[in-house]
Amino acid sequence: MYAQMVKSEATNDDPERLAAFQARIDAGEKIEPKDWMPEGYRKTLIRQIGQHAHSEIVGQLPEGNWITRAPTLERKAILLAKVQDEAGHGLYLYCAAETLGVSRDELTEMLLDGRMKYSSIFNYPTLNWADIGAVGWLVDGAAIMNQVPLQRTSFGPYSRAMIRICKEESFHQRQGYDAIRKMAEGTPEQRRMAQDALNRLWFPSLMMFGPSDKDSVHSEQSMKWKIKMNTNDELRQKFVDQTVPQIEFLGLDLPDPGIKWNEERGHYDYTDPDWSEFYDVIKGNGPCNTDRLAARNKAWDDGKWVRDGLLAHARKKAAARVAAE
Amino acid sequence: MKNEWPLWEVFIRGQHGMSHRHVGSLHAPDAEMAIKNARDVYTRRNEGVSIWVVEARHIAASSPSDKGPLYEPSESKVYRHPTFFDIPDEVGAM
Repeated sequence: MYAQMVKSEATNDDPERLAAFQARIDAGEKIEPKDWMPEGYRKTLIRQIGQHAHSEIVGQLPEGNWITRAPTLERKAILLAKVQDEAGHGLYLYCAAETLGVSRDELTEMLLDGRMKYSSIFNYPTLNWADIGAVGWLVDGAAIMNQVPLQRTSFGPYSRAMIRICKEESFHQRQGYDAIRKMAEGTPEQRRMAQDALNRLWFPSLMMFGPSDKDSVHSEQSMKWKIKMNTNDELRQKFVDQTVPQIEFLGLDLPDPGIKWNEERGHYDYTDPDWSEFYDVIKGNGPCNTDRLAARNKAWDDGKWVRDGLLAHARKKAAARVAAE
Repeated sequence: MKNEWPLWEVFIRGQHGMSHRHVGSLHAPDAEMAIKNARDVYTRRNEGVSIWVVEARHIAASSPSDKGPLYEPSESKVYRHPTFFDIPDEVGAM
């Protein structure tokens, strides 16, 4: 889940139009950019899709960190393709957000000056190669949990972006699991690294789904509008249930002693992450918040002359064409 | 003048003789760069063999409020579909 704690916006629209809009959503119709929509729907979606897009873009940083140090040429090519996909996913999502009347540059500026957020998970460091495997496996795995149901979201452009993304996301998770499996089956030192990566990234991955349902104040309206399809705890449980057997297959120790099969519920019990850490990271105090935003700002500032140069060239060519006509 | 690159809509023709299909949009300073970017953003997995790009501001679109007048008339014309006609079995494949 790349969008956390998306604040839902109040709506002051005509009750009759609101009811008609809700009826369209309940009937499973897609809302398209030119259709009438409540202001709250529009604003909440801009925030959610924007945050999702920013997460894809910032998410390139922890993995990009290891491209030049990948252990083999094949792993390097795979990681490069994966990181390039993340850029693509960011772009699909920015396009979807733009249909709601916000511009790309506005979205970028809001990320760079901290007005918009990205997922808390990317404020954790990738310390070694095992972390790259764990990120693909756990972080992309958690993202898929959320993105698969979002393919059915009510907003057409968002739904279409999700469909494209989901097609590509499975590669991300599998390459991660493949990389960590190699290490889990490797030397004792590699195995220790795989275990360490799992232990460190487990709780931050659980945090990706956002706060517990009892503290999640923004869910109800978003679920009614079908821009959020499941509650945070539902998805978190699904993720735990799916991941525990994958850990067992690797022969690694469970990262949480609280993980136990609960026959009655038909689910694994698990320990909740430390929510005070989550809120602290969201506030900007995670291990890498400063680095991540600094890297994005530097890329934007350093790229300015390229953006301006290409635009000046395009305008010059267009002017020459007009003059020749 | 604003320095934001214009928005382009991207259309891709797949491998099997289908027509170009809208796949999404992107920003680029001109058509040449739009095609280059479209190649990177929308054809990373062999999705196509041909790319069209058109600046979004050049696209005219029907309005959602015209849905009724535009599309309802065809709803009552079931005879436009082959299944409307009963052909006796003896006639053979048709």
